[in-house]
Amino acid sequence: MADVPSDAPEHCPGTSSDQAGKSSACQGCPNQNICASGAAKAPDPGIHAYISIWLLKLVSSVALLDVDICGPSIPKIMGLEGEQVHQSGSGWSPVYVEDNLAVMSIGFLLSSPDDAVIWRGPKKNGMIKQFLRDVDWGEVDYLIVDTPPGTSDEHLSIVQYLSGAGIDGAVIITTPQEVSLQDVRKEIRFCKKVKIPIIGVIENMSGFVCPKCKNTSQIFPPTTGGAQRMCEELNLPLLGSVPLDPRIGRSCDEGKSFLTEVPDSPAAVAYQNIVQSKSSKPQQASLY
Amino acid sequence: MDSSGECDRNLHQVKHVVLVLSGKGGVGKSTITTELALALIHAGKKVGILDVDLCGPSIPRMLRVGKPEVHQCDAGWVPVYADPQQQLAIMSIGFLLEDSDEAVIWRGPKKTALIGQFVSDVAWGELDVLLVDTPPGTSDEHLAVLENLRKHRVDGAVLVTTPQAVSTGDVRREITFCKKTAVKILGIVENMSGFVCPHCSECSNIFSKGGGEELAKLTGSVFLGSVPLDPLLAASLEEGQDFLQAFPDSSTYTAISQIANTLLSSLDA
Repeated sequence: MADVPSDAPEHCPGTSSDQAGKSSACQGCPNQNICASGAAKAPDPGIHAYISIWLLKLVSSVALLDVDICGPSIPKIMGLEGEQVHQSGSGWSPVYVEDNLAVMSIGFLLSSPDDAVIWRGPKKNGMIKQFLRDVDWGEVDYLIVDTPPGTSDEHLSIVQYLSGAGIDGAVIITTPQEVSLQDVRKEIRFCKKVKIPIIGVIENMSGFVCPKCKNTSQIFPPTTGGAQRMCEELNLPLLGSVPLDPRIGRSCDEGKSFLTEVPDSPAAVAYQNIVQSKSSKPQQASLY
Repeated sequence: MDSSGECDRNLHQVKHVVLVLSGKGGVGKSTITTELALALIHAGKKVGILDVDLCGPSIPRMLRVGKPEVHQCDAGWVPVYADPQQQLAIMSIGFLLEDSDEAVIWRGPKKTALIGQFVSDVAWGELDVLLVDTPPGTSDEHLAVLENLRKHRVDGAVLVTTPQAVSTGDVRREITFCKKTAVKILGIVENMSGFVCPHCSECSNIFSKGGGEELAKLTGSVFLGSVPLDPLLAASLEEGQDFLQAFPDSSTYTAISQIANTLLSSLDA
Protein backbone atom coordinates (compact mmCIF):
# COMPACT_ATOMS: atom_id res chain seq x y z
CA MET A 1 0.00 0.00 0.00
CA ALA A 2 1.18 3.48 0.60
CA ASP A 3 4.26 4.67 2.38
CA VAL A 4 4.22 7.33 5.00
CA PRO A 5 6.59 10.20 4.32
CA SER A 6 9.10 10.71 7.11
CA ASP A 7 7.92 14.23 7.73
CA ALA A 8 4.23 13.43 7.61
CA PRO A 9 2.01 14.14 10.59
CA GLU A 10 1.48 11.30 12.97
CA HIS A 11 -2.02 10.57 11.89
CA CYS A 12 -1.33 10.82 8.21
CA PRO A 13 -2.19 7.36 6.99
CA GLY A 14 0.11 7.61 4.00
CA THR A 15 0.28 9.00 0.55
CA SER A 16 -2.12 7.62 -1.93
CA SER A 17 -1.46 6.65 -5.45
CA ASP A 18 -2.73 8.79 -8.26
CA GLN A 19 -6.14 7.42 -7.44
CA ALA A 20 -6.59 9.71 -4.48
CA GLY A 21 -10.18 10.72 -4.02
CA LYS A 22 -11.54 8.11 -6.38
CA SER A 23 -13.64 6.07 -4.05
CA SER A 24 -13.64 2.73 -5.80
CA ALA A 25 -9.89 2.61 -6.16
CA CYS A 26 -9.31 3.96 -2.70
CA GLN A 27 -10.72 1.07 -0.73
CA GLY A 28 -8.39 0.44 2.15
CA CYS A 29 -6.35 3.52 1.38
CA PRO A 30 -7.97 6.14 3.50
CA ASN A 31 -6.25 9.38 2.82
CA GLN A 32 -8.84 12.00 2.92
CA ASN A 33 -9.20 14.53 5.60
CA ILE A 34 -12.63 16.00 5.27
CA CYS A 35 -13.11 19.41 6.67
CA ALA A 36 -16.75 20.09 7.43
CA SER A 37 -17.15 23.82 7.73
CA GLY A 38 -19.71 23.41 10.46
CA ALA A 39 -22.24 26.10 10.30
CA ALA A 40 -19.42 28.42 9.72
CA LYS A 41 -21.96 31.18 9.54
CA ALA A 42 -18.79 33.09 9.70
CA PRO A 43 -18.03 35.54 6.94
CA ASP A 44 -14.42 34.49 6.65
CA PRO A 45 -14.24 31.73 4.12
CA GLY A 46 -10.50 31.54 4.18
CA ILE A 47 -10.01 28.96 6.88
CA HIS A 48 -9.76 25.91 4.64
CA ALA A 49 -7.46 27.73 2.31
CA TYR A 50 -5.15 28.68 5.15
CA ILE A 51 -5.19 25.25 6.70
CA SER A 52 -4.28 23.84 3.31
CA ILE A 53 -1.43 26.27 2.89
CA TRP A 54 -0.05 25.62 6.34
CA LEU A 55 -0.32 21.87 5.92
CA LEU A 56 2.05 22.15 2.99
CA LYS A 57 4.81 23.01 5.41
CA LEU A 58 4.35 19.60 6.95
CA VAL A 59 3.41 17.27 4.12
CA SER A 60 4.25 16.89 0.46
CA SER A 61 0.98 17.76 -1.18
CA VAL A 62 -2.51 18.98 -0.41
CA ALA A 63 -5.71 19.12 -2.43
CA LEU A 64 -8.59 21.43 -1.64
CA LEU A 65 -12.07 20.55 -2.90
CA ASP A 66 -14.75 23.23 -2.72
CA VAL A 67 -18.22 21.67 -2.59
CA ASP A 68 -20.06 24.89 -1.83
CA ILE A 69 -21.81 24.57 -5.16
CA CYS A 70 -24.00 27.67 -4.84
CA GLY A 71 -21.39 29.89 -3.27
CA PRO A 72 -17.88 28.84 -4.38
CA SER A 73 -15.38 31.20 -2.75
CA ILE A 74 -12.19 29.18 -2.92
CA PRO A 75 -11.11 30.35 -6.39
CA LYS A 76 -11.20 33.99 -5.36
CA ILE A 77 -9.48 33.44 -2.04
CA MET A 78 -6.70 31.44 -3.62
CA GLY A 79 -6.20 34.04 -6.36
CA LEU A 80 -7.41 31.64 -9.03
CA GLU A 81 -10.37 33.54 -10.46
CA GLY A 82 -10.64 33.12 -14.16
CA GLU A 83 -8.71 29.87 -14.21
CA GLN A 84 -10.17 27.02 -16.17
CA VAL A 85 -10.30 23.31 -15.73
CA HIS A 86 -8.77 21.18 -18.47
CA GLN A 87 -9.61 17.65 -19.46
CA SER A 88 -7.05 15.02 -20.21
CA GLY A 89 -7.03 11.29 -20.68
CA SER A 90 -6.78 10.76 -16.96
CA GLY A 91 -9.64 13.09 -16.11
CA TRP A 92 -10.12 16.71 -15.13
CA SER A 93 -7.02 18.43 -14.02
CA PRO A 94 -7.40 20.55 -10.92
CA VAL A 95 -6.05 24.08 -10.81
CA TYR A 96 -2.69 24.37 -9.10
CA VAL A 97 -1.82 27.21 -6.75
CA GLU A 98 1.60 25.69 -6.31
CA ASP A 99 2.91 22.44 -7.73
CA ASN A 100 1.73 20.68 -4.63
CA LEU A 101 -1.49 22.54 -3.83
CA ALA A 102 -4.36 21.56 -6.12
CA VAL A 103 -7.81 23.09 -6.04
CA MET A 104 -11.15 22.15 -7.56
CA SER A 105 -14.32 24.21 -7.43
CA ILE A 106 -17.41 24.75 -9.51
CA GLY A 107 -16.19 28.33 -9.62
CA PHE A 108 -13.76 27.26 -12.35
CA LEU A 109 -16.58 25.94 -14.50
CA LEU A 110 -18.63 29.14 -14.50
CA SER A 111 -18.09 31.54 -17.36
CA SER A 112 -18.90 34.72 -15.47
CA PRO A 113 -18.74 35.88 -11.86
CA ASP A 114 -22.44 36.67 -12.14
CA ASP A 115 -23.41 33.12 -13.06
CA ALA A 116 -25.75 31.72 -10.44
CA VAL A 117 -25.86 28.00 -9.78
CA ILE A 118 -29.56 27.52 -9.17
CA TRP A 119 -29.57 23.78 -8.68
CA ARG A 120 -31.65 21.48 -6.57
CA GLY A 121 -30.12 18.74 -4.50
CA PRO A 122 -29.82 15.95 -7.09
CA LYS A 123 -27.90 18.10 -9.54
CA LYS A 124 -25.54 19.31 -6.81
CA ASN A 125 -24.96 15.69 -5.81
CA GLY A 126 -24.10 14.82 -9.40
CA MET A 127 -21.49 17.56 -9.53
CA ILE A 128 -19.90 16.44 -6.29
CA LYS A 129 -19.75 12.88 -7.57
CA GLN A 130 -17.97 14.10 -10.70
CA PHE A 131 -15.50 16.08 -8.65
CA LEU A 132 -14.59 12.99 -6.67
CA ARG A 133 -14.60 10.57 -9.56
CA ASP A 134 -13.22 12.52 -12.48
CA VAL A 135 -10.63 14.86 -11.05
CA ASP A 136 -7.07 13.62 -11.45
CA TRP A 137 -5.62 14.77 -8.16
CA GLY A 138 -2.36 12.92 -8.52
CA GLU A 139 -0.46 11.97 -5.36
CA VAL A 140 -1.99 13.76 -2.43
CA ASP A 141 -1.29 13.60 1.29
CA TYR A 142 -4.41 15.45 2.31
CA LEU A 143 -7.70 16.16 0.61
CA ILE A 144 -9.51 18.95 2.40
CA VAL A 145 -13.17 19.42 1.53
CA ASP A 146 -14.77 22.82 2.10
CA THR A 147 -18.50 22.39 2.66
CA PRO A 148 -21.28 24.99 2.81
CA PRO A 149 -23.16 25.58 6.06
CA GLY A 150 -25.92 23.14 6.89
CA THR A 151 -26.46 19.40 6.97
CA SER A 152 -27.99 18.64 3.63
CA ASP A 153 -27.33 17.25 0.18
CA GLU A 154 -23.70 18.32 -0.11
CA HIS A 155 -22.76 16.85 3.25
CA LEU A 156 -24.65 13.61 2.77
CA SER A 157 -23.18 13.18 -0.69
CA ILE A 158 -19.60 13.74 0.38
CA VAL A 159 -19.99 11.21 3.15
CA GLN A 160 -21.67 8.73 0.87
CA TYR A 161 -19.24 9.03 -2.02
CA LEU A 162 -16.16 8.94 0.19
CA SER A 163 -17.39 6.08 2.33
CA GLY A 164 -15.31 3.57 0.40
CA ALA A 165 -12.14 5.59 0.70
CA GLY A 166 -12.77 6.59 4.27
CA ILE A 167 -12.85 10.02 5.79
CA ASP A 168 -10.21 10.71 8.43
CA GLY A 169 -12.32 13.25 10.19
CA ALA A 170 -14.00 16.58 10.29
CA VAL A 171 -12.83 19.96 11.49
CA ILE A 172 -15.70 22.05 12.78
CA ILE A 173 -15.56 25.82 12.53
CA THR A 174 -17.58 28.25 14.57
CA THR A 175 -17.58 31.81 15.85
CA PRO A 176 -17.84 32.46 19.61
CA GLN A 177 -21.53 33.33 19.36
CA GLU A 178 -24.33 31.10 20.55
CA VAL A 179 -26.17 31.53 17.23
CA SER A 180 -23.17 29.89 15.58
CA LEU A 181 -22.63 27.26 18.28
CA GLN A 182 -26.31 26.38 18.05
CA ASP A 183 -25.85 25.42 14.43
CA VAL A 184 -22.50 23.77 15.00
CA ARG A 185 -23.93 21.41 17.60
CA LYS A 186 -26.17 20.15 14.83
CA GLU A 187 -23.12 19.63 12.62
CA ILE A 188 -21.55 17.65 15.42
CA ARG A 189 -24.66 15.49 15.69
CA PHE A 190 -24.52 14.99 11.94
CA CYS A 191 -20.93 13.73 12.19
CA LYS A 192 -21.97 11.36 14.95
CA LYS A 193 -24.88 10.03 12.90
CA VAL A 194 -22.79 9.37 9.83
CA LYS A 195 -19.84 8.19 11.92
CA ILE A 196 -17.26 10.75 10.92
CA PRO A 197 -14.64 11.25 13.63
CA ILE A 198 -14.31 14.84 14.77
CA ILE A 199 -10.72 16.03 14.73
CA GLY A 200 -11.64 19.16 16.63
CA VAL A 201 -13.20 22.60 16.65
CA ILE A 202 -11.72 25.92 15.54
CA GLU A 203 -13.16 29.13 16.91
CA ASN A 204 -12.89 31.83 14.26
CA MET A 205 -13.32 35.58 14.76
CA SER A 206 -12.30 35.18 18.33
CA GLY A 207 -11.60 38.72 19.41
CA PHE A 208 -10.27 41.73 17.58
CA VAL A 209 -7.08 43.60 18.34
CA CYS A 210 -7.42 47.25 17.40
CA PRO A 211 -4.51 48.12 15.09
CA LYS A 212 -4.27 51.56 16.68
CA CYS A 213 -4.52 51.08 20.44
CA LYS A 214 -3.86 47.31 20.54
CA ASN A 215 -6.77 46.70 22.93
CA THR A 216 -8.82 43.56 22.37
CA SER A 217 -12.57 43.75 21.80
CA GLN A 218 -14.98 40.86 21.64
CA ILE A 219 -17.02 41.75 18.61
CA PHE A 220 -18.82 38.43 18.69
CA PRO A 221 -19.14 37.96 22.43
CA PRO A 222 -19.08 34.38 23.70
CA THR A 223 -22.23 34.82 25.76
CA THR A 224 -22.54 31.10 26.38
CA GLY A 225 -18.87 30.36 26.87
CA GLY A 226 -17.84 30.19 23.23
CA ALA A 227 -16.29 27.18 21.59
CA GLN A 228 -14.30 26.37 24.71
CA ARG A 229 -17.34 25.62 26.84
CA MET A 230 -19.01 23.70 24.04
CA CYS A 231 -15.89 21.56 23.56
CA GLU A 232 -15.75 20.88 27.28
CA GLU A 233 -19.40 19.87 27.34
CA LEU A 234 -19.09 17.63 24.31
CA ASN A 235 -15.60 16.34 25.09
CA LEU A 236 -14.10 17.56 21.83
CA PRO A 237 -10.66 19.05 21.24
CA LEU A 238 -10.53 22.82 20.76
CA LEU A 239 -7.87 23.08 18.09
CA GLY A 240 -7.46 26.80 18.50
CA SER A 241 -8.93 30.27 18.21
CA VAL A 242 -8.29 32.62 15.31
CA PRO A 243 -8.72 36.33 15.98
CA LEU A 244 -10.25 38.82 13.56
CA ASP A 245 -7.77 40.66 11.41
CA PRO A 246 -8.88 43.11 8.71
CA ARG A 247 -5.93 42.04 6.64
CA ILE A 248 -7.43 38.55 6.26
CA GLY A 249 -10.44 39.99 4.47
CA ARG A 250 -8.24 42.09 2.25
CA SER A 251 -6.02 39.13 1.35
CA CYS A 252 -9.06 37.01 0.55
CA ASP A 253 -10.42 39.69 -1.71
CA GLU A 254 -7.09 40.08 -3.47
CA GLY A 255 -6.49 36.37 -3.74
CA LYS A 256 -3.24 36.64 -1.85
CA SER A 257 -2.00 34.32 0.85
CA PHE A 258 -2.58 36.06 4.14
CA LEU A 259 -0.03 33.76 5.73
CA THR A 260 2.65 35.04 3.35
CA GLU A 261 1.55 38.67 3.36
CA VAL A 262 1.30 39.10 7.12
CA PRO A 263 3.08 36.17 8.75
CA ASP A 264 3.40 37.88 12.13
CA SER A 265 -0.31 38.61 12.50
CA PRO A 266 -1.88 36.95 15.55
CA ALA A 267 -4.23 35.20 13.14
CA ALA A 268 -1.36 33.73 11.10
CA VAL A 269 0.30 32.56 14.29
CA ALA A 270 -2.97 30.96 15.37
CA TYR A 271 -3.22 29.00 12.10
CA GLN A 272 0.35 27.85 12.48
CA ASN A 273 -0.33 26.59 15.98
CA ILE A 274 -3.51 24.82 14.95
CA VAL A 275 -1.91 22.91 12.11
CA GLN A 276 1.27 22.10 13.99
CA SER A 277 -0.53 20.97 17.11
CA LYS A 278 -2.75 18.68 15.07
CA SER A 279 0.28 17.05 13.62
CA SER A 280 2.57 16.84 16.62
CA LYS A 281 0.23 15.59 19.32
CA PRO A 282 -0.75 11.93 19.08
CA GLN A 283 -4.37 12.85 19.59
CA GLN A 284 -7.00 10.53 18.30
CA ALA A 285 -9.97 11.99 16.57
CA SER A 286 -13.00 11.74 18.76
CA LEU A 287 -15.53 9.21 17.50
CA TYR A 288 -18.56 8.88 19.73
CA MET B 1 -57.70 20.23 -0.71
CA ASP B 2 -56.39 22.65 -3.27
CA SER B 3 -53.08 23.83 -1.84
CA SER B 4 -52.97 26.98 -3.91
CA GLY B 5 -56.36 27.95 -2.53
CA GLU B 6 -55.12 27.40 1.00
CA CYS B 7 -52.06 29.46 0.26
CA ASP B 8 -54.20 32.28 -0.99
CA ARG B 9 -56.41 32.13 2.07
CA ASN B 10 -53.55 32.17 4.55
CA LEU B 11 -51.66 34.88 2.73
CA HIS B 12 -54.49 37.04 1.44
CA GLN B 13 -54.28 39.38 4.41
CA VAL B 14 -50.51 39.72 4.06
CA LYS B 15 -49.86 43.02 2.31
CA HIS B 16 -46.19 42.63 1.42
CA VAL B 17 -43.78 39.69 1.15
CA VAL B 18 -40.04 40.36 1.23
CA LEU B 19 -37.33 37.74 0.87
CA VAL B 20 -34.02 38.28 2.66
CA LEU B 21 -31.24 36.70 0.61
CA SER B 22 -27.50 36.48 0.59
CA GLY B 23 -24.96 34.44 -1.29
CA LYS B 24 -22.67 33.62 1.56
CA GLY B 25 -23.37 32.27 5.01
CA GLY B 26 -22.56 34.31 8.05
CA VAL B 27 -23.18 37.76 6.58
CA GLY B 28 -26.06 38.44 8.94
CA LYS B 29 -29.26 37.64 7.07
CA SER B 30 -31.07 36.50 10.19
CA THR B 31 -29.71 39.48 12.10
CA ILE B 32 -30.94 41.90 9.44
CA THR B 33 -34.29 40.08 9.18
CA THR B 34 -34.73 40.31 12.95
CA GLU B 35 -33.75 43.96 13.18
CA LEU B 36 -35.88 44.97 10.21
CA ALA B 37 -38.84 43.18 11.79
CA LEU B 38 -38.30 45.01 15.08
CA ALA B 39 -37.87 48.36 13.31
CA LEU B 40 -41.09 47.83 11.37
CA ILE B 41 -42.94 46.95 14.57
CA HIS B 42 -41.68 50.07 16.26
CA ALA B 43 -43.09 51.90 13.25
CA GLY B 44 -46.47 50.43 14.12
CA LYS B 45 -46.58 47.63 11.55
CA LYS B 46 -47.69 44.04 11.97
CA VAL B 47 -44.89 41.76 10.84
CA GLY B 48 -44.34 38.07 10.24
CA ILE B 49 -41.07 36.18 9.87
CA LEU B 50 -40.97 32.92 7.98
CA ASP B 51 -37.66 31.19 8.76
CA VAL B 52 -36.91 28.71 5.98
CA ASP B 53 -33.34 28.01 7.05
CA LEU B 54 -34.19 24.44 7.97
CA CYS B 55 -30.65 23.34 8.82
CA GLY B 56 -29.74 26.40 10.84
CA PRO B 57 -32.84 28.19 12.17
CA SER B 58 -31.64 31.24 14.09
CA ILE B 59 -34.76 33.36 14.37
CA PRO B 60 -36.31 31.74 17.49
CA ARG B 61 -33.23 32.44 19.58
CA MET B 62 -32.75 35.96 18.24
CA LEU B 63 -36.25 36.84 19.35
CA ARG B 64 -36.13 34.83 22.56
CA VAL B 65 -39.25 32.86 21.84
CA GLY B 66 -37.86 29.65 23.27
CA LYS B 67 -39.52 26.38 22.33
CA PRO B 68 -43.24 26.96 22.39
CA GLU B 69 -45.67 24.41 21.04
CA VAL B 70 -47.07 25.06 17.62
CA HIS B 71 -50.84 24.76 17.61
CA GLN B 72 -53.26 24.04 14.85
CA CYS B 73 -56.42 25.92 14.05
CA ASP B 74 -58.99 25.50 11.27
CA ALA B 75 -56.89 27.51 8.87
CA GLY B 76 -53.67 25.64 9.62
CA TRP B 77 -50.72 26.25 11.94
CA VAL B 78 -50.88 29.12 14.34
CA PRO B 79 -47.64 31.12 14.21
CA VAL B 80 -45.71 31.81 17.38
CA TYR B 81 -45.96 35.38 18.60
CA ALA B 82 -42.87 37.10 19.96
CA ASP B 83 -44.88 39.69 21.86
CA PRO B 84 -48.11 39.77 23.87
CA GLN B 85 -49.63 42.33 21.46
CA GLN B 86 -49.17 39.81 18.64
CA GLN B 87 -47.45 42.27 16.38
CA LEU B 88 -44.65 39.87 15.44
CA ALA B 89 -45.57 36.39 14.21
CA ILE B 90 -42.95 33.74 13.54
CA MET B 91 -42.76 30.30 11.99
CA SER B 92 -39.55 28.29 12.07
CA ILE B 93 -38.55 24.66 12.07
CA GLY B 94 -36.86 25.55 15.33
CA PHE B 95 -40.29 25.29 16.97
CA LEU B 96 -40.86 21.80 15.66
CA LEU B 97 -37.65 20.20 16.95
CA GLU B 98 -37.88 18.54 20.32
CA ASP B 99 -34.16 18.81 20.87
CA SER B 100 -32.68 22.10 19.67
CA ASP B 101 -29.34 20.39 18.95
CA GLU B 102 -31.07 17.90 16.69
CA ALA B 103 -29.66 18.07 13.17
CA VAL B 104 -32.12 18.33 10.31
CA ILE B 105 -30.35 16.11 7.83
CA TRP B 106 -32.68 16.35 4.89
CA ARG B 107 -32.11 16.30 1.19
CA GLY B 108 -33.78 18.78 -1.13
CA PRO B 109 -37.17 17.16 -1.71
CA LYS B 110 -37.99 16.87 1.99
CA LYS B 111 -36.94 20.47 2.60
CA THR B 112 -39.09 21.55 -0.35
CA ALA B 113 -42.12 19.75 1.08
CA LEU B 114 -41.87 21.39 4.50
CA ILE B 115 -41.33 24.82 3.04
CA GLY B 116 -44.45 24.30 0.95
CA GLN B 117 -46.33 23.67 4.16
CA PHE B 118 -44.81 26.66 5.88
CA VAL B 119 -45.89 28.92 3.06
CA SER B 120 -49.44 27.67 2.64
CA ASP B 121 -50.42 26.26 6.02
CA VAL B 122 -49.50 28.98 8.49
CA ALA B 123 -52.46 31.14 9.49
CA TRP B 124 -50.62 34.47 9.42
CA GLY B 125 -53.74 36.58 9.66
CA GLU B 126 -53.37 40.26 8.96
CA LEU B 127 -49.78 41.35 8.32
CA ASP B 128 -48.23 44.46 6.82
CA VAL B 129 -44.98 42.68 5.94
CA LEU B 130 -43.95 39.04 5.85
CA LEU B 131 -40.16 38.70 5.89
CA VAL B 132 -38.75 35.39 4.66
CA ASP B 133 -35.35 34.54 6.14
CA THR B 134 -33.51 32.14 3.83
CA PRO B 135 -30.37 30.03 4.15
CA PRO B 136 -27.35 31.04 2.07
CA GLY B 137 -27.23 29.97 -1.57
CA THR B 138 -29.61 29.55 -4.47
CA SER B 139 -31.04 26.10 -4.09
CA ASP B 140 -33.99 24.02 -3.01
CA GLU B 141 -35.23 26.30 -0.23
CA HIS B 142 -35.20 29.40 -2.42
CA LEU B 143 -36.92 27.69 -5.31
CA ALA B 144 -39.49 26.14 -2.96
CA VAL B 145 -40.38 29.49 -1.43
CA LEU B 146 -40.83 31.12 -4.81
CA GLU B 147 -42.81 28.28 -6.29
CA ASN B 148 -45.18 28.22 -3.37
CA LEU B 149 -45.60 31.96 -3.38
CA ARG B 150 -46.28 32.06 -7.10
CA LYS B 151 -50.00 32.67 -6.66
CA HIS B 152 -49.37 35.39 -4.15
CA ARG B 153 -47.31 38.46 -4.80
CA VAL B 154 -43.65 38.65 -3.78
CA ASP B 155 -42.74 42.32 -3.53
CA GLY B 156 -39.08 41.61 -3.84
CA ALA B 157 -35.84 40.73 -2.11
CA VAL B 158 -33.39 42.47 0.18
CA LEU B 159 -29.84 41.24 -0.39
CA VAL B 160 -27.40 41.21 2.50
CA THR B 161 -23.66 41.30 2.04
CA THR B 162 -20.55 42.21 3.97
CA PRO B 163 -18.19 44.72 2.37
CA GLN B 164 -15.78 41.99 1.27
CA ALA B 165 -15.50 41.16 -2.40
CA VAL B 166 -15.79 37.47 -1.61
CA SER B 167 -19.20 38.17 -0.15
CA THR B 168 -20.32 40.60 -2.85
CA GLY B 169 -19.20 38.02 -5.41
CA ASP B 170 -21.80 35.66 -4.06
CA VAL B 171 -24.42 38.41 -3.91
CA ARG B 172 -23.90 38.99 -7.63
CA ARG B 173 -25.02 35.40 -8.08
CA GLU B 174 -28.08 36.12 -5.92
CA ILE B 175 -28.84 39.08 -8.18
CA THR B 176 -28.73 36.72 -11.16
CA PHE B 177 -31.04 34.38 -9.27
CA CYS B 178 -33.50 37.21 -8.71
CA LYS B 179 -33.39 38.19 -12.38
CA LYS B 180 -33.92 34.61 -13.51
CA THR B 181 -36.83 34.10 -11.13
CA ALA B 182 -38.31 37.56 -11.78
CA VAL B 183 -37.92 38.72 -8.17
CA LYS B 184 -37.53 42.48 -7.84
CA ILE B 185 -34.45 43.58 -5.94
CA LEU B 186 -35.62 46.02 -3.33
CA GLY B 187 -32.09 46.85 -2.32
CA ILE B 188 -28.74 45.83 -0.88
CA VAL B 189 -27.74 46.04 2.77
CA GLU B 190 -24.07 46.06 3.68
CA ASN B 191 -23.68 44.44 7.08
CA MET B 192 -20.59 44.33 9.34
CA SER B 193 -19.54 47.60 7.78
CA GLY B 194 -16.78 48.90 9.96
CA PHE B 195 -16.02 48.59 13.63
CA VAL B 196 -15.46 51.48 15.96
CA CYS B 197 -13.05 50.51 18.69
CA PRO B 198 -14.71 51.26 22.03
CA HIS B 199 -11.31 52.07 23.53
CA CYS B 200 -9.92 54.60 21.07
CA SER B 201 -12.79 55.18 18.59
CA GLU B 202 -10.62 54.19 15.62
CA CYS B 203 -12.79 52.76 12.86
CA SER B 204 -11.43 49.52 11.41
CA ASN B 205 -12.84 48.00 8.26
CA ILE B 206 -12.53 44.44 9.41
CA PHE B 207 -14.36 42.99 6.46
CA SER B 208 -12.95 45.46 3.94
CA LYS B 209 -14.88 48.51 2.80
CA GLY B 210 -17.46 49.74 0.38
CA GLY B 211 -18.25 46.48 -1.38
CA GLY B 212 -22.01 46.75 -0.86
CA GLU B 213 -22.32 50.24 -2.23
CA GLU B 214 -20.10 49.42 -5.20
CA LEU B 215 -22.15 46.36 -5.92
CA ALA B 216 -25.33 48.39 -5.87
CA LYS B 217 -23.86 50.83 -8.39
CA LEU B 218 -22.48 48.05 -10.55
CA THR B 219 -25.79 46.27 -10.77
CA GLY B 220 -28.10 49.29 -10.79
CA SER B 221 -29.66 48.29 -7.48
CA VAL B 222 -30.74 50.48 -4.61
CA PHE B 223 -28.25 50.70 -1.77
CA LEU B 224 -30.40 50.54 1.34
CA GLY B 225 -27.61 51.30 3.78
CA SER B 226 -24.86 49.85 5.92
CA VAL B 227 -24.95 48.42 9.42
CA PRO B 228 -21.73 48.53 11.42
CA LEU B 229 -20.20 45.70 13.44
CA ASP B 230 -21.57 46.32 16.89
CA PRO B 231 -20.83 44.03 19.82
CA LEU B 232 -23.95 45.40 21.56
CA LEU B 233 -26.07 44.25 18.63
CA ALA B 234 -24.36 40.85 18.64
CA ALA B 235 -24.97 40.51 22.38
CA SER B 236 -28.62 41.55 22.06
CA LEU B 237 -29.22 38.88 19.45
CA GLU B 238 -27.58 36.29 21.65
CA GLU B 239 -29.89 37.17 24.50
CA GLY B 240 -32.96 37.65 22.32
CA GLN B 241 -33.19 41.25 23.46
CA ASP B 242 -34.82 44.03 21.41
CA PHE B 243 -31.68 45.96 20.46
CA LEU B 244 -33.61 48.90 19.06
CA GLN B 245 -35.49 49.39 22.29
CA ALA B 246 -32.36 48.97 24.42
CA PHE B 247 -29.99 51.19 22.44
CA PRO B 248 -31.97 53.90 20.66
CA ASP B 249 -29.07 56.36 20.73
CA SER B 250 -26.59 54.16 18.92
CA SER B 251 -25.47 54.73 15.35
CA THR B 252 -26.48 51.15 14.64
CA TYR B 253 -30.06 52.01 15.62
CA THR B 254 -30.01 54.94 13.20
CA ALA B 255 -28.63 52.78 10.42
CA ILE B 256 -31.24 50.06 10.88
CA SER B 257 -34.12 52.51 11.20
CA GLN B 258 -33.12 54.27 8.01
CA ILE B 259 -32.93 51.00 6.13
CA ALA B 260 -36.35 49.98 7.43
CA ASN B 261 -37.88 53.33 6.47
CA THR B 262 -36.43 53.20 2.98
CA LEU B 263 -37.73 49.66 2.57
CA LEU B 264 -41.19 50.64 3.80
CA SER B 265 -41.35 53.59 1.40
CA SER B 266 -40.49 51.40 -1.53
CA LEU B 267 -43.10 48.83 -0.51
CA ASP B 268 -45.83 51.39 -0.09
CA ALA B 269 -44.95 53.22 -3.28
